[in-house]
Amino acid sequence: MLRYTVRRLLQLVLVLLVLSMLLFLWLRSLPGGPVGAILGDRATPQRREELAKLFGMDQPVIVQYLKFLGRVLQGNFGQSTQVAPGTPALDVFTQRFGATIELAIGAMIFALVLGIPLGYLAAKRRGGVADNSFIVFSLVGIAVPVFFLAFLLKYLFAVKWGVLPPSGRQTPGIDATRVTGFFVLDGLLTREFDASWDAFKHLILPSIALGTIPFAVIFRMTRSSVLEVQGEDFVRTAEAKGLTNRTIRDRHILRNAMLPVITVTGLQTGALLAGAVLTEKVFGFPGIGQALSISFTQKDWPVVQVLILAAAAAFVIINTIVDLSYALADPRIRTR
Amino acid sequence: MVTTYSRARKQRIDALVTTDDDGTSLLKDAWIRLKASPLFWVGAIVIGIFLVLAIIGPWIAPHDPGAQLLIGQTSRARNEIAPGQPGFPLGGDTQGRDLFSRLIVGARQTLLVGILGTLIGLVGGLVLGLLAGAFGGWVDSVVMRVVDVMLSIPSLLLAISIGALFTNPNLTSVIVAVGIPQIPVFARLLRGQMLAQRESDHVLAARALGVKPAPIVFRHMLPNSISPVIVQSTLTVAIVILDAAALSFLGLGSQDVSQPEWGQMLGEAQDRIDSYPGLAFWPAGAIVIVALGFTLLGESLREAIDPKNRR
Repeated sequence: MLRYTVRRLLQLVLVLLVLSMLLFLWLRSLPGGPVGAILGDRATPQRREELAKLFGMDQPVIVQYLKFLGRVLQGNFGQSTQVAPGTPALDVFTQRFGATIELAIGAMIFALVLGIPLGYLAAKRRGGVADNSFIVFSLVGIAVPVFFLAFLLKYLFAVKWGVLPPSGRQTPGIDATRVTGFFVLDGLLTREFDASWDAFKHLILPSIALGTIPFAVIFRMTRSSVLEVQGEDFVRTAEAKGLTNRTIRDRHILRNAMLPVITVTGLQTGALLAGAVLTEKVFGFPGIGQALSISFTQKDWPVVQVLILAAAAAFVIINTIVDLSYALADPRIRTR
Repeated sequence: MVTTYSRARKQRIDALVTTDDDGTSLLKDAWIRLKASPLFWVGAIVIGIFLVLAIIGPWIAPHDPGAQLLIGQTSRARNEIAPGQPGFPLGGDTQGRDLFSRLIVGARQTLLVGILGTLIGLVGGLVLGLLAGAFGGWVDSVVMRVVDVMLSIPSLLLAISIGALFTNPNLTSVIVAVGIPQIPVFARLLRGQMLAQRESDHVLAARALGVKPAPIVFRHMLPNSISPVIVQSTLTVAIVILDAAALSFLGLGSQDVSQPEWGQMLGEAQDRIDSYPGLAFWPAGAIVIVALGFTLLGESLREAIDPKNRR
């Protein structure tokens, strides 16, 4: 296990290194290069030259890359120009991280709570009306653009019927104490239950919008996995033994069918960020996704750098952890 | 290098790789199953209508999609947009142009984005996959490591990053931005196919007969690897159209307004959506229907060519 862990960690470092190279090359390829990206189009040639020299643009590319890597390792990405002018770009990430995590958890809870029972039901009634309508429903879920679904939810529930808040993370004016940066949890910890409830209401619509695609994927995986498992010999044996349906379902079918579902759940969690960019924009949700769309459209490259690198790093680190935990559970993976 | 995420994507792609291919009745078999599938017919009809619209759209549109015919009823300051009226069933857009005509004419540009974006992914993936699969060895290793890193970045994020490299985004840059992230998917798929083919008896026979490497790759291996690629292409058209719409929505879409495009229309509508949801509803609905059509077609094709379903 130790050898496997070391090997996975080395791979992780390699991937991060390649990612940093890609990011470096990408920054250099931006219109106007890194200098133009920071100064904008109206910079004087003299100012450009000064900054180019400051960045060491007159040095070989390898040297420039190593310097870039050094700055990145120190967490020094420069200052934000648009999203939060004047603050270090890294702070933009740390301040917004909690919001996106909270949203991602909400989305995955929605996807799991709906996807697994419906998938099981569809498999049990294979070919029936329920099965077919759930399948069509999940295909529609994949084909609807995330941001359009978000708009639709916002229009119906917030604008037209006014039952849920249309945007933000918290009603302005609520003076809640911050402990962890997770608003729902903070309210529970400090016994400010109304603040917690308010934050929760703000999470509902974005979570549904973001959770629809994971829901569709989890639903389909549960369905096909249950279909496969319920035809196995051990299920028939369990039936022959006279076990109750409930025991067969919980202990024999679901337990074995859940392994591939857990895998796709992990994958979908990692892939949520792309959807979060769109969802957070629609709901004005102050997370990483919103910062990413603002920084891209307003060309705040220092922030873009941090967010892309942090997101990619978080992504591969999470995956490594998941891989390691699989290896712990299943000895066959270690030797592969 | 192999993360869980990319591994499962690989498994999904590799699952399309068919080794059981006796070449005689596979396609016929697939067609028989396809004909019986209602999903296939719904998808095919939707795409058929879409293609016809894309071709003849400009001739059947009741008005010029670029003419500001309803500009008199449109005011940005008073947040007014022309409502539906005789001759203009859906009313005007934010600039007083006929929404209905723009929807019809927009099919062409949207189709162009979908097809050309997919083509970029397909051709790029074809080249990389052929290189890796045909040569094997270190070429294979290098190509696949690059592909692995590309697969570990969500495709929309990659598309946004590529889109940002263009100073003045137009339709071409959007197509490039949404097409490139699809390359690794096709590369992985083709490589798997080629590897399976390389070990097969008919390739061995051709080699034994002294056929040169290039004809073996193009005449023997490639034609036998192509059917899962067709499935993936169909699904990719939907993904590419959705990603392009997302780019427009984020304000990174085409700035060229000479021809209407659904994703762009959706992007233009977004700041008026609270008072005029119809502006976004129609182009979004069109995108959903077309994306669903391609998804249904792809899924039913996948089911049909899956050797596990052969009897």
